[in-house]
Amino acid sequence: MTLRSMFIQGVGLFGPGLPSWPDSQATLRGETPHQFVPTVLPPPPRLPPAERRRAGAVIRLAMAAAEEAIAHAGVDPQTLATVFSSSGGEGSNCHSLCETLASPDPLISPTRFTNSVHNAASGYWHIAVGSRCSSTSLCAYDGSFGAGLLEAATLMHANAEPLLLVAYDLPYPEPLNSVRPLPDNLGVALVLTPTPNDRSIAALQVEPLPARLAAAVATCGDASLDALRTGMPAGAALPMLQGLARGLDCTPCELVLDYLPQLKLKVRLAAPAASHL
Amino acid sequence: MQGVAITRHTLTTALGAGRAATLAALRAGRTGLAPKSFIDARLQGWIGEVDGVDAVVLPERLREFDCRNNRLAWLALEQDGFIAAVAKARARWGAERIGVFLGTSTSGLLQTELAYRHRQPDGSLPEGFRYAPTQNTYSVAAFATAAFELVGPSFVVSTACSSSAKVFGNAARMMAAGLIDAAVVGGVDSLCLTTLYGFNSLELLSSDICRPWDAGRRGLSIGEGASFALLERESDAPQGWLLGVGESNDGHHMSTPHPEGAGAIAAMRTALASAGLQPGDIDYINLHGTATPTNDAAEDRAVAAVFGTSTPCSSTKGATGHTLGAAGGVEALISLLALEHGLMPGGLNVQTPDPALRLNYLRANRDAPLRKILSNSFGFGGTNASLVLGAA
Repeated sequence: MTLRSMFIQGVGLFGPGLPSWPDSQATLRGETPHQFVPTVLPPPPRLPPAERRRAGAVIRLAMAAAEEAIAHAGVDPQTLATVFSSSGGEGSNCHSLCETLASPDPLISPTRFTNSVHNAASGYWHIAVGSRCSSTSLCAYDGSFGAGLLEAATLMHANAEPLLLVAYDLPYPEPLNSVRPLPDNLGVALVLTPTPNDRSIAALQVEPLPARLAAAVATCGDASLDALRTGMPAGAALPMLQGLARGLDCTPCELVLDYLPQLKLKVRLAAPAASHL
Repeated sequence: MQGVAITRHTLTTALGAGRAATLAALRAGRTGLAPKSFIDARLQGWIGEVDGVDAVVLPERLREFDCRNNRLAWLALEQDGFIAAVAKARARWGAERIGVFLGTSTSGLLQTELAYRHRQPDGSLPEGFRYAPTQNTYSVAAFATAAFELVGPSFVVSTACSSSAKVFGNAARMMAAGLIDAAVVGGVDSLCLTTLYGFNSLELLSSDICRPWDAGRRGLSIGEGASFALLERESDAPQGWLLGVGESNDGHHMSTPHPEGAGAIAAMRTALASAGLQPGDIDYINLHGTATPTNDAAEDRAVAAVFGTSTPCSSTKGATGHTLGAAGGVEALISLLALEHGLMPGGLNVQTPDPALRLNYLRANRDAPLRKILSNSFGFGGTNASLVLGAA
């Protein structure tokens, strides 16, 4: 049984040398080499002032990617169920809590504790857009993007309602960086719909495949970009974003994305109209 | 949704390891909470610590996962024939057709908290510290997947205190889509300093034992727990049924529930609708009931809005403590025990019932045949999940 097709209506991308979805097109198409320029996280304008003051890096990263996808899709974010997926939340916050808890007088900040929950980004997002739609927050270590995409496709199959997928990862400071080295921040967001419309960019079908049956995982070509694909959990999305940036000139595009060591995701990209036949 | 058979389940909390010990404690009205501290935390309060976690030795092949959270997971997995039941399911459905979806909030974070006390002179973490199999949020699902030698889809849901309720929904959807034939679901959360000091910083930790639905309730008592349920596409002898799942978000505040329980109402109504049931079909409600002033007040309003005030209900957190990311799974399985044994567990530690709360809150055990139970789980970030469980 295959999962029903869904339709990509908006894309958000925020990472080193990938400043936004439109400004990353040439790099993703391979027309200009990828250059690793560290990210500067923007403040989240949509949050109420109290929440904006408390919003740490994880909130700013996830919301930057999500905002771009929403704007690109031209949808009301209040109507979207959400799937957030990350390998580890906000590394600097975790580091600070662990440092404090190792001190003789471990009084921690309530804001730091609240922001330490894995679903902090989702919580702030739903407050920002005033949404009571369902939301989940997932983790599968290096497979966190794959987990998010698989859950998004499963939710779409079950409910046929539009949703927002946000995958995001942030680095830890030392000493955790040495045991979990992540080079920078990377956020990827997709607005997905159950039926095509005149804003649809592509049809997307997702199929989990045991590694023993799957073709080789797609790579990015550009070595610097491919280092992001393998070095950041959310980077697993990059080959698919390259397919979109290239205007689906491989239609129908079939490629294998990384998920778990034992399980990969075969994704099929097609022009939205063609797949509707 | 189509009902999903729950073919084996087990839970371990401060009430004891496995179903028999849990049932005995519930029948006796005994709490697992005790007035003590954890490690060297200087906090006054009651804690629901599971006996014997420190002494658990993981099998050699799983040794890299060694941390308190995975020891607690292993202790729970060894009860009630759960490992054998999964092995049987694997033989029937195949290792690629069984998913693993588990909830946790802090995973093996204690390992990192302690490692920060023993940093080397150059600031680095102690020799032998392993991040992925212990601290990472996915660790417990990686551990269970390895323990059962499964190769299907797997991830952790980490939505604070609704985590291990929501995984039932993930498994049911994936089964309905035909991606899997069975799933191991549940959750594990173990005591750590972040949650103890964290809830204390928010003034949500009670210095007294937690007293859900009491007029003088002053907050929660933290516990630890693990629960595992095996869901299968078909079964000749299910132990119970997952009948409905409802999920929603408050979109209101990170650490305070919506005062009218708007998100909670949506979750309960969605769960009933997905089960094809009316409020009057529910025999008993296992409340989230954390004993914070705001949770119990909001949940009382929300449940009354959906069910009225006559359905018998209680919180079992006075017995187990709030097991956070494990709570949804623990309480789903307490609900299954209730269905199997016709026992509505009375809520413990009520001295003076809060006159402002209107629900039919049980303060003593009640025996009655039960067919359907709703279990509520709400969490930080405004996440809500309600499950409807049915008798076999």
